[in-house]
Amino acid sequence: MKNVRFIKALISSAVAVTLTVSLAACGGAQQKGGSGAIKIGGSGPLTGPAAVYGNAVKAAAELAVEEVNAKGGLQFELDFEDDTHDAEKAVTAYGVLKDWGMQVSLATVTSAPGAAVSPMYKDDHIFAITPSGSSLAIIYQDPDNAANPYGNVFQMCFTDPNQGIASADYLKAHSDLGSKIAVIYKNDDNYSSGIFAKFSNQAAANGLDVVYTGTFDDSNASDFTVQLKQAQDAGADLIFLPIYYDPASLILTQANQMGYAPTFFGVDGMDGILTLEGFDTSLAEGVYLLTPFSADATDDLTKNFTANYKAKMNGEVPNQFAADAYDCVYAIAQACEAAGVTADMSASDICDKMTSQFSSMTFNGLTGQNVTWSANGEVSKSPKAVVIQNGVYVGVEN
Amino acid sequence: MKTKMKMPALLSGKYRGRTVSYSIVLVSWLILEVMMHTGNLSSLFTSLLVPVCCYVVAAIGLNLNVGISGELNLGQACFMSVGAFTAVCLSGSLGPAVPSLARLILSIVAGALVATVFGILIGIPVLKLEGDYLAIVTLAFGQIVKSLITNMYFGIDSNGFHFSFVDNNVSLAAGGKMLLNGPMGATGTDRISTFTAGIILIILSLIVVYHLIYSRSGRAIMAARDNRIAAESVGIAIFKTKMLAFGVSSCLAGAAGALYGLNYSTLVPAKFDFNTSILLLVYVVLGGLGNMTGTIIATIVLVLLPELLRSMQDYRMLIYAIVLILIMLLTNNETIRVWGQKLKNRFMTKGGAAHGRES
Repeated sequence: MKNVRFIKALISSAVAVTLTVSLAACGGAQQKGGSGAIKIGGSGPLTGPAAVYGNAVKAAAELAVEEVNAKGGLQFELDFEDDTHDAEKAVTAYGVLKDWGMQVSLATVTSAPGAAVSPMYKDDHIFAITPSGSSLAIIYQDPDNAANPYGNVFQMCFTDPNQGIASADYLKAHSDLGSKIAVIYKNDDNYSSGIFAKFSNQAAANGLDVVYTGTFDDSNASDFTVQLKQAQDAGADLIFLPIYYDPASLILTQANQMGYAPTFFGVDGMDGILTLEGFDTSLAEGVYLLTPFSADATDDLTKNFTANYKAKMNGEVPNQFAADAYDCVYAIAQACEAAGVTADMSASDICDKMTSQFSSMTFNGLTGQNVTWSANGEVSKSPKAVVIQNGVYVGVEN
Repeated sequence: MKTKMKMPALLSGKYRGRTVSYSIVLVSWLILEVMMHTGNLSSLFTSLLVPVCCYVVAAIGLNLNVGISGELNLGQACFMSVGAFTAVCLSGSLGPAVPSLARLILSIVAGALVATVFGILIGIPVLKLEGDYLAIVTLAFGQIVKSLITNMYFGIDSNGFHFSFVDNNVSLAAGGKMLLNGPMGATGTDRISTFTAGIILIILSLIVVYHLIYSRSGRAIMAARDNRIAAESVGIAIFKTKMLAFGVSSCLAGAAGALYGLNYSTLVPAKFDFNTSILLLVYVVLGGLGNMTGTIIATIVLVLLPELLRSMQDYRMLIYAIVLILIMLLTNNETIRVWGQKLKNRFMTKGGAAHGRES
């Protein structure tokens, strides 16, 4: 049986060698600037229930990178990892991106994972701009007081408080829309609760009459008849919906079935309701929303983007997540160009240049003209109020 | 470990399992520490060290409950959740004035204690049930704990603590901090967990579990598992022995959760849902019921697997699922088991040559 032992020894050493090599390979995966392209990293939910947002961002960012590269000049390379909308996975995705040699980042698509990786971007001094992570915890170390910013993490979308305040101000200025306001929001969602918190403060300051507040969460996001009935009983003639378009479409449908027809007012999450499959868009007639982007806009930039995105995504109409991601890549390209960033620079040097560039530059993109950023990383662009008429967005005077 | 003990004793009989477990943990700790300090460990692996330790500790606890005590617990994640949020709140309210190591230790102890209390409270109704009913009730308690934490608002400012339930009525003075913000959980947590703390926690949990298993209480627990009526007839207090296993299990889950919570700057209650409980159960079942070494290895492999499959892009969760099914089929395949047993015999007889089957 000597040879059995020999074979055994052979197998053991083969296994040992394979393990060592694979571990060593994991350690040695850091290569920088070899390809001559600036490496943009990013993570978002590509699988799981929130995958629709991550995939939209990924596709739009890929599209933007292809377009920027086709122009010649600075070249970019994108690696977009899956984080399944989970903080733990976002941190490991960050590890993957760092091993890849990421120099600039799109941070994360969603808020909670974003809040988990922001401290890492600060520690490693890598510039990041999130397309759609709207929570204050992404840019501030002390989100409760909006103090102590990370400084190198920027946002492309509105922060939640911004939208809440803008909505309350808009409703005050246009009291003809409705005087008795009901709010239905999703209380296990950072985005929705963030907007609601600031809206309710600002509404109180503006003297708005909020007659009813209803909540729902993931587990009961399909039936809103109770909330709608209570809003109706409270005499509400305007319902503020700081939620995404999916549950909003159900609210519109169920209100219609009840014969309850208040004015509905949404924020940027409502964008996308006209393209929702299986939804009767006539129900969305007369819905107001504040949004930075509408796929139906007639300017060349939006038309091109919408056409190219549709071609890439089998006819899917881009939502505001996609538009924000597209703008992020263009903003990064613009800043790199202006600051003289090249692919052989270290991520830390790029971070210094980008941070000062972003807080001083003006950017024109899909989601706004003359967009600027504060040194804290907060974006400043004006939300546009639109109303849905005959199935298209029509801008209303601010 | 007793220094007087001779090497062969450590490698045979009831000590063999323990020796293998401890040496796996210590050797991997040594290798990883060396790799970390020489800069050879990739960022991905560095970021996985602490969560792997947490899952290992929680799975060891669950294996005590499922493997040794024989109670199918589908709510282990809820004890992790209790431990995690206790630790995060304590660490947040102590603030940076307390050195991070002291804060880490205090928070883990607090997390473990509170989780134990929850474990005992939940155990009182649960352990009166058996089999499927027990599984369903632990599942329900897992959901209840998740819902409770989802509705808690807890903040601290210069005036002290503020707490509210269901509706968020907490309004903080300037400079205040929300420790627990309902569904959004905790944000802005100091990341004070370390890999060394994780390894120490694993070693401690192994010591606790092995000492329990090989003690009088441990034998009682296993007797109650194997034949409840026979065990009762010889005077074993079934409820008490099962409660011991359940309590220790939830204590370990609490400590694991505490370490986990303090490793991330943000933590949401939804993280510790039914899926996490099932994941822990998968680690235990694939590692082998009652087999702590197997649990450690299965946990490490199954946490790493989805990360190593990242190159597969969209197919990675599909492949992960297929690999899981394959492992389950293969470990239960009679031919492979016999083959594995033969291999094991060969290795064992190599040193002692007790059975003389070879050469």
